[in-house]
Amino acid sequence: MGLINKATIKSPWIVHFDCGSCNGCDIETLAVLTPMYDVERFGIINVGNPKHADVLVVTGCVNYRNARVLEQIYNQMSEPKAVVALGACGCTGGIFQECYNTLGGIDKVIPVDVYVPGCAPKPEAIIDGVVMALSKLAEKQENMGKSPVVANEKVRSL
Amino acid sequence: MEDLLHQITWPMLAIFAAIVVAPLLGGLLTGLDRKLTARMQGRFGPPILQPFFDFFKLIGKERITVNSTQTLYVLGALFFAVTSLVMLALGHDLLMLVFVLAFSNISLIMGAMSVRSPFSKIGAQREIIQMMAYEPVILLMVVGIYLVTKSFMIQDIFTYGSPLLYKLPLVFAAFLYILTIKLRKSPFDFSTSHHGHQELIKGLTIEFSGVQLALIELTHWYETVLLLCLVALFFAQPIWVGIIIALVAFVLEIIIDNICARTTWKFMLQLTWGFGIGAAITNIVWLYLAMGR
Repeated sequence: MGLINKATIKSPWIVHFDCGSCNGCDIETLAVLTPMYDVERFGIINVGNPKHADVLVVTGCVNYRNARVLEQIYNQMSEPKAVVALGACGCTGGIFQECYNTLGGIDKVIPVDVYVPGCAPKPEAIIDGVVMALSKLAEKQENMGKSPVVANEKVRSL
Repeated sequence: MEDLLHQITWPMLAIFAAIVVAPLLGGLLTGLDRKLTARMQGRFGPPILQPFFDFFKLIGKERITVNSTQTLYVLGALFFAVTSLVMLALGHDLLMLVFVLAFSNISLIMGAMSVRSPFSKIGAQREIIQMMAYEPVILLMVVGIYLVTKSFMIQDIFTYGSPLLYKLPLVFAAFLYILTIKLRKSPFDFSTSHHGHQELIKGLTIEFSGVQLALIELTHWYETVLLLCLVALFFAQPIWVGIIIALVAFVLEIIIDNICARTTWKFMLQLTWGFGIGAAITNIVWLYLAMGR
């Protein structure tokens, strides 16, 4: 494990996107940043900018209106990057799954690395999910340049 | 042999310290800053080495540039910051140093202006306003030092008999004041903020990612060390007292950062021009009259 690989695990910056969530998961996500849980001790920072971020945390189910936005945010992030789907809606679409206006879970639009179930998931579960995403991130960091993955490829066209 | 040591070895060591030791020191100071800030907010905080982890992670990220000139501007900012620190280490011209440091900042502003993001542009414009606010104070500081030592050379400050602080107390206060702006601390961190998810979504640095962001961070480390060295210059006899004063000033900045809310640019401009320039000019007029007698 090289220096850069170790640094990648030690400093995951998060961008949080509310993809039409009821705000329950969002409140739990922000609770993770409070002195009670303080994720900054793991080097985790909640940045507002996808260009600076390593982990994309998405809450809520995708609908036809915001699928494009989600995809754009994902494409703006530079490799290596990981995606965490938060809550029942983010994972599968939850109670909105069969709605006429929703697509379902966010894996319908972008590739998801970690699913954190719950309605809403506890802050501990969210931290656990992000930590699981770190091993994925390290793996991607190691394979960067080796696999023929084209940077910023279009993931899905609507 | 003694002469050779004096002419080559010491300058070489000084340059080495400026280029290699300074960023390490700057990174550690930034780590200390984050730790202290976290403790003041009742959190545990990241490890002291966290800025280095962030730096190496950013180096390893995929390289995305918005346009090809952006990289040049970032490298320019870094180059001028390193140059000014080397000038300081060699005891060169203080006036020149201030101008070179301004170039470093202007490079960053041009880099932020070269992209089309509105956040980046607002951040750059606010940075220009900040420069407009603090540059006169820095220039007046140089003028004050010249009036005392009769020279622009930094090495003459060391050979001058007594600490500058005795003759330039108000200039020192004004410089401490603008240190808050230069270190991008609250209440004056409105062009870009150190804390995540705040003002203008990182404003000035929004369109920089990966290696470029790492270089901007490196530039900031160099700048932090340079500014603290300038603080130490006010108490250069003996220098270790100056270093202690610089570290105290740094901790003071962290405290100010945590107890102040962000102000508007208008308020900052009024306050800096009113208090900063006012204090510096008062000091210089007093010095002029005292010397005229």
